[in-house]
Amino acid sequence: MIRIKCPICGLRNETEFTYGEDANVNRPSMDEQGVQPWVDFVFNRDNPRGWHKEYWHHVQGCRQWVVLERNTLTHEIGNCELARDAKLPPSQASEAAE
Amino acid sequence: MSKYSAFSVFRHALSGNKSWGRAWRDPEPKASYDVVIVGGGGHGLATAYYLAKEHGITNVAVVEKGWLGGGNTGRNTTIVRSNYMMPGNTMFYERSMKLWENLSQDLNYNVMISQRGQYNLCHSPGQMDAARRRGNIMRANGIDADLFDRAEVKRRLPYLDYSDNARFPIHGAIYQSRAGTARHDAVAWGFARGADQRGVDILQQREVTGYLWEGGKIAGVQTSRGDIRAKKVALCVAGHSGHLAQMAGLRLPVETHCLQAYVTEPYKPLVDTVISFGAAHFYLSQSDKGGLVLGGDLDMYNSYAQRGGLPIVKHTLASAKALMPSVSRLKLLRHWAGVMDMSMDGSPFITKTPVDGLYLNGGWCYGGFKATPASGWCFAHTIATDTPHEDNAEFTLDRFERGYQIDEKGVGPKPNAH
Repeated sequence: MIRIKCPICGLRNETEFTYGEDANVNRPSMDEQGVQPWVDFVFNRDNPRGWHKEYWHHVQGCRQWVVLERNTLTHEIGNCELARDAKLPPSQASEAAE
Repeated sequence: MSKYSAFSVFRHALSGNKSWGRAWRDPEPKASYDVVIVGGGGHGLATAYYLAKEHGITNVAVVEKGWLGGGNTGRNTTIVRSNYMMPGNTMFYERSMKLWENLSQDLNYNVMISQRGQYNLCHSPGQMDAARRRGNIMRANGIDADLFDRAEVKRRLPYLDYSDNARFPIHGAIYQSRAGTARHDAVAWGFARGADQRGVDILQQREVTGYLWEGGKIAGVQTSRGDIRAKKVALCVAGHSGHLAQMAGLRLPVETHCLQAYVTEPYKPLVDTVISFGAAHFYLSQSDKGGLVLGGDLDMYNSYAQRGGLPIVKHTLASAKALMPSVSRLKLLRHWAGVMDMSMDGSPFITKTPVDGLYLNGGWCYGGFKATPASGWCFAHTIATDTPHEDNAEFTLDRFERGYQIDEKGVGPKPNAH
């Protein structure tokens, strides 16, 4: 059982949450004309073996979206913050586009 | 290398079974190979076998970080079937089914294929319509399929829950009689022995840690026990596809997720077929030792851990009890997990990659085991000829940017939903 420290509710069981998705995926700007940035956004993932930032929804609690740091190799839990406060690093795709 | 036969069993019995030879060698690697296959599971070993058998390419090494079949080949629920309906999938899986049917004879190794049939249960009129459509597509492609109503399912599988209290009433089922199970370890061992007999070097306990490059082209692999040069490098690493692709600078339309499976204590013969629940992601069969083999949902979050969480254990066993109440009296003997390379449309890749000299076989999601023979057969064709066979022509990486996803379930680019 993963225990997630919700910034509002405190330490809660994984079963109160629903997994969202990879939080490192950045939507391209709406005037982006190229195909590749959109393909990267919709389909391609870093899929790291190690620390991973991801969205979880505290659907049976405060109903807030949180960004959780979790190690995909060890299931170790790191920092958890509200999604609206999270400063997310740009993904490799948007770095490559710059 | 001796041929296995009833006579050889008899002859070795007379000498106390002390003179059986090794099934495959444990060679020192050569400095270079025509093809290095990364991953000594079913798919990698099958690829090596068919490269040697069908294409005469025997200067091949299979490099494995652990032991043969220690990854998903040893962690699946051993089910084989070919009930796919999307163009690109249908005939690929049927090729696999046909290879399974003759695999023991072809390999001279008993893979214990048991065509005990598979039922996919339907729990609503809508599911019955979808099953009828799937069955018609299968039959139009020459694949066997039958649709049974509730009464026929009840006659054949009397131990399921048909009571008024059933949470998901059974309306009927789609049935493939040629589907069934195979002995998973024997598949890896049989392909390993067949490949080794034809000159393939199988190198275990040797983890690939990077690639050798020559002018932007891959020229071999770096391993934990020295470099090995190769003209072509082929990845068959399942859940670690993304990891090994990343070393080559590729991002894949893949996420790695954890899938658990379970086996109960051995019980007298009870379930002589394979049953898939239609209301939740759950399926069961009975092994030759008597344990009921159960499979369920992913853990839903990205994981390379090869061990699962307890919430999914509870979820899966609740599904088991909803389908077949009598299983609640059985004790769970073991449970384990494997890491799946979940692709963005639920379908695999057998293809060249944008990196020169690198070939990819991955994205198998839940369905890698049944695909093993055809996966090796098609991947060998792709590596040997540098063009895909028509049966794996759709399993490319660029199908996403072209808009030709093969999404059997129609759920969109959500890897944990396939």
